[in-house]
Amino acid sequence: MSILLPKALPRRAALRGMLGGTAISVALPFLDCTLNNSGTALAAGGQALPVRFGTWYWGMGHTPGHAIKEKRQTEKGIEFLAECTSLMRHKEDLNFFGNFGMPLDGRANYTHFSGWVANRTGSAPNHANDVPAPTMDLLIADRIGNETRFKTIDVSASGIARENYSARNGDSRGAAEISPVALYARLFGADFVDPNTRDFKPDPTIMVEKSALSAVMEDTRSYMKTIGAADKARLDEYFTSLRQVENQLALQLEAPAPAEACLVPPRPEEPSADRLSRAREMPEVMANQRILAQILAMAVACNQTNVFNMVFTDNFASVRRTGETYTHHLLTHTEVVDTKLGYQPLTFWFQKACSDGWAEYLDVFKGIKEGSGTLLDNCLIFASSETNYAKLHTIDGVPTYLAGKAGGRIKAGYHVVGGGDPITRIGFTAMRAMGVPLEKWGTKSLQTSKLITDILA
Amino acid sequence: MLHCGSPLRQTFLLGLAGALLLAVGACGPSEPKGAAAPPDMRRLTDRQYHNAVADLFGSDIEIGGRTDPLVRTDGLLAVGARTARITPAGLEQYSVIAKSIAAQVTHKSRREALISCKPATLDAPDDVCAESYYKQVGKLLYRRPLREPEWQNAVKSAHDMAVASKDFYRGIATGLANMLVTPQFLFVIDDTEPDPANAGQQRLTAYAKAARLSFFLWDTTPTPELIAAAERGDLHKPGALSNIVDEMIASPRFEEGTRAFFSDFLGLEKFETLEKDSLIYKAFSNVVANDAQEELLRMITDHVISQDKDYRDLFTTRKTFLTGSLARIYRVRVERPDGAWVPHEYGPDDARAGILTTIGFNAVASHPGRSSPTLRGKAIRESLLCQHVPDPPGDVDFSLFEDPNSPNKTARQRLTAHATAPACAGCHKITDPIGLALENFDGIGKYRVDENGEKIDTSGDLDGVAYKDPQGLGRAMHENPATPACVVRRVWSYAAGRAPTNAQKELTAYLDKAFISDGYKFVSLVRRIAKSDALYAVAPPQNGVAADRRPLRTVEVQEN
Repeated sequence: MSILLPKALPRRAALRGMLGGTAISVALPFLDCTLNNSGTALAAGGQALPVRFGTWYWGMGHTPGHAIKEKRQTEKGIEFLAECTSLMRHKEDLNFFGNFGMPLDGRANYTHFSGWVANRTGSAPNHANDVPAPTMDLLIADRIGNETRFKTIDVSASGIARENYSARNGDSRGAAEISPVALYARLFGADFVDPNTRDFKPDPTIMVEKSALSAVMEDTRSYMKTIGAADKARLDEYFTSLRQVENQLALQLEAPAPAEACLVPPRPEEPSADRLSRAREMPEVMANQRILAQILAMAVACNQTNVFNMVFTDNFASVRRTGETYTHHLLTHTEVVDTKLGYQPLTFWFQKACSDGWAEYLDVFKGIKEGSGTLLDNCLIFASSETNYAKLHTIDGVPTYLAGKAGGRIKAGYHVVGGGDPITRIGFTAMRAMGVPLEKWGTKSLQTSKLITDILA
Repeated sequence: MLHCGSPLRQTFLLGLAGALLLAVGACGPSEPKGAAAPPDMRRLTDRQYHNAVADLFGSDIEIGGRTDPLVRTDGLLAVGARTARITPAGLEQYSVIAKSIAAQVTHKSRREALISCKPATLDAPDDVCAESYYKQVGKLLYRRPLREPEWQNAVKSAHDMAVASKDFYRGIATGLANMLVTPQFLFVIDDTEPDPANAGQQRLTAYAKAARLSFFLWDTTPTPELIAAAERGDLHKPGALSNIVDEMIASPRFEEGTRAFFSDFLGLEKFETLEKDSLIYKAFSNVVANDAQEELLRMITDHVISQDKDYRDLFTTRKTFLTGSLARIYRVRVERPDGAWVPHEYGPDDARAGILTTIGFNAVASHPGRSSPTLRGKAIRESLLCQHVPDPPGDVDFSLFEDPNSPNKTARQRLTAHATAPACAGCHKITDPIGLALENFDGIGKYRVDENGEKIDTSGDLDGVAYKDPQGLGRAMHENPATPACVVRRVWSYAAGRAPTNAQKELTAYLDKAFISDGYKFVSLVRRIAKSDALYAVAPPQNGVAADRRPLRTVEVQEN
């Protein structure tokens, strides 16, 4: 069986179309593929396609009663209401989770913070900078992210690098990449090796570089033996980070496995000063996400990373609409509810834009053919916010989605009703689906060992 | 003219600060024996990283990339640096940046100037040359002489890479890039040694003292001269240390250090993400934002360094510096509207006086499309008075007060209505009276007298001192004992990398008193801290957090 490299032209043309703003699905050249016994897609050549994990974040939750129709019990079929109509095209790609609880065991609800921390770490924070446990994407990356060039890639569409909801702890939150140009350079710049290249020749100087780095670090480790316990933990994290750099070098010495869906995306243009000055206006955020998502998705398809995080809008939703005095966040508190409509109209405009952004993001992954399905089929993307109803900062029932089928491990299309169970059941199920060997997850009332079996294939 | 030691001056000062000053000596309260802190490892801030690279290799070296953000802790990013870690993505960025720097340093256009030795041939290793280079540059990067394994590893790296690539300078670049990603460079490490004067105790090495001083006073890595002074042991001799501090403060580099402190103190990193709605504020642009930040820093450094004036006068001074873009918003005429900076002094009838009335302060502490008395009040309480403003309740609802059909036209009317809600009243009493005094300045700091056709009322009081306008608020800040106490606390925290603890109450009381006796001169405060024993005292490394390491709060806000 031969591995057929994709025909470049049609795919590149498709990609340009998507970067131009319209997400499209096109029939790509069919590649030999089959399914293994558990239904996982196999690429040409018989090797299993990797299953990847991503997160997507938006601020301010949903408008209760106007986003997803509530259900009394878990069942197939999500009913999308006015705020979420754009998600209807993904009804078979999504699971929606409603009515899950977020007990804080008496700890304060640090507004717009406790919600995402508890949902992603399984533990409620003790103060406003506290991330008491690693976020789930990092636990998954520890499992599936060690063989790729980047353990995780963190991206933000709304221009605030420090708003990144992936962290080992409160002192270890990396910066998200906010610039398409910088993201492209990092992923597809000089160190990128096209997995479909036919004439891979390892650069002998990489080996020298790697062994030199290892030697220096070995000495550093012995030199810094006398430091205190807190700093030891910080150094341990440093050395863990260093292993990732060494791993990157090691990977450059090996011929990469072919990735049938991989096509290097076009290099993005530098944004104009005018666009940069409007970085947090919602249309600009949408446009920025389209470009970033194309680069990110292709990095996933090219096996550069198996774990990827996108922040659409931050937890204080500092996005704006031209001419409005307040940001999305402030509108949730200041805007009067229109009694006829039953919601805050301007706030609703932002909320709907977030759902549109989520749908567009999924379009990108669904638009890349991989194996017998799409890249989205081989991913599991956890999407959540930090509040349920932002106007009141409620955190019970924080809307959460899982998109994709995790290579056949997850069934999609369900509205799962939590009945007040801890919201950590969603993350726990996602991590188990991604192969993280956990018996239970979370602390105190957020701890769970209960899988959501309705969605497991 | 009052002199420092005159009884009249002491009486005057006592009158200003009340009971706090009862125990003050003349000019020189003596430093108490303070509780020592364990040695630390502080991650370089982005600014320190840039300054160090510029000092070592030239300001034309391009540094791209984005490193892990620091968490503001006890009011300062510099304190957050003490617990900051480096994530995999962060180290990857450092690695990319390091390779880029090393490539630029060894590029043929720069190598002659930056690399002192010359290899025997360009296409082969030269271990002697490499050793000499790494020992020289390594001492500046690690802020101490290299240990033998450190330079040996670098030489071996250079050797192996030169063989593999047939390029001596590529070899040099490899060793240099590796040094730039080590903890020894990325963290300022408090190396210690046995203290010969106190058996069984440790002290900072002279090199560690040099690094502490240099990052405190200059926000950059020690110069070769400072490292040489450390090598001679001068930093362990009180007289020599004192002279070194004086020289460093007299250096033009001290201005950069002062800018770094006030940037952190005032949270000026917020300018990086400052956005204003272009339809509502047509006069605002990135140029205005950059100039507004620069105005604050020029105003401050001129006041506290060039003029060496009372720190508290920063809240009342009428002197500033403007560009044409700022002058258009301030509605004043400047002689150089072409972007050049010109000094400007407001008249006694102008509404502008002090840093609280600048575009920079008011634009940052506002929403994208309107002013915010609450944000401004919070910024003053937390940044300038070191007081904690509690978070709002989880179910805050402003909509009743934002109803477009409401008769409330001004921010005061809206907030007064809002503050009637019991859950909101406590915090708004802390912030709003201060912020409302600045309502003459809209969301970009432009002066206005009315809002929605209604005259703005700027009267209020700060901790019992009444005022009727922004200038009055500035005078109230000037007289508030928390104003100098806050800057004392922050300068100490900035220098030491940690907030003073309960065990350091005596030390902070001493510094408060000394600041007063020094005439509230910022430079004197910095000088006193830089020369203090407490700054360099170290305790053994701790494996846990002792009870007395809780941060000390200077002033608690009363919540009613």
